[in-house]
Amino acid sequence: MGRIVVEVMPKPEILDPQGKAVARALPRLGLDHFAGVRQGKRFELSVDGEVTGELLDAARRAAETALSNPVIEDVVGVYEVDEAAR
Amino acid sequence: MNGARIGVVTFPGSLDDRDAQRAVRLAGAEPVALWHADEDLRGVDAVVLPGGFSYGDYLRCGAIARFAPVMGEVVAAAETGLPVLGICNGFQILCEAHLLPGALIRNDHQLFVCRDQDLRVTSTSTAWTSDLELGEVITVPLKNGEGGYVADEDTLDRLEGEGRVVFRYEGGNPNGSLRDIAGIANARGNVVGLMPHPEHAVVPGFGPDEPGRPRAGTDGLRLFTSVLGSLVSR
Repeated sequence: MGRIVVEVMPKPEILDPQGKAVARALPRLGLDHFAGVRQGKRFELSVDGEVTGELLDAARRAAETALSNPVIEDVVGVYEVDEAAR
Repeated sequence: MNGARIGVVTFPGSLDDRDAQRAVRLAGAEPVALWHADEDLRGVDAVVLPGGFSYGDYLRCGAIARFAPVMGEVVAAAETGLPVLGICNGFQILCEAHLLPGALIRNDHQLFVCRDQDLRVTSTSTAWTSDLELGEVITVPLKNGEGGYVADEDTLDRLEGEGRVVFRYEGGNPNGSLRDIAGIANARGNVVGLMPHPEHAVVPGFGPDEPGRPRAGTDGLRLFTSVLGSLVSR
């Protein structure tokens, strides 16, 4: 079974209250190394058989039409996962 | 308009569909319950997309509802002039369906807000606001966690320039919406979306507080009477 990952992030200029809340929590754990946090989404689309170029194209279309809203989000990655490396 | 039939769509996770039906009835029209899987609008004269958490608001608020069978009909009818009102989750659905521009994001203070909210009426030339006075302040309940209205600067300028900002938050911005925008309309004025809930301010004794008159507010009813007038003039 093949797997395609789609990663979606809030656009840089869009306020990310979730990321800000996480960024404020990290120093409480002693992790004060990070200037900011942005929180996005990762989708895993599984397919029967191998991931083909056609399936990657379909995943890109899914990413642009449903999995992200271009008003507030960018699709930052659409790629096949190497199952053997997991 | 006597005999007007106004559809209220129930999606899995809708919460305020019954309140919207009640508001329609109190305004003098017949509410028609529509189901998300319906593929026709049963000849209704207008449609309300109510508040709630359609399909659990998974993916994004309103994003899955956009693909509901009934929404294909709503989008097509709206493009030919059918009055459509989206309240809260309904507003989010209208934005996801591209009937209205922009998007709604999580409140800037990260909290769910539930309170009576003052709104400035900034357009009375829509199907849903003709019974309101331009510039008046009305009070209706507001309850949301993802009510921050955002759009790019060009879109915001266009909305303002074309008089399509319908309601603005008054007395404080509850969720970080850009330019204090609480509600907008499409270019034709038949489609209106807003985050606050007019359907919760339609019965004396069950609405927002008024000075010296607890729970007396019924400002929301006029959105529903407005559409009846617009149906007459259509």
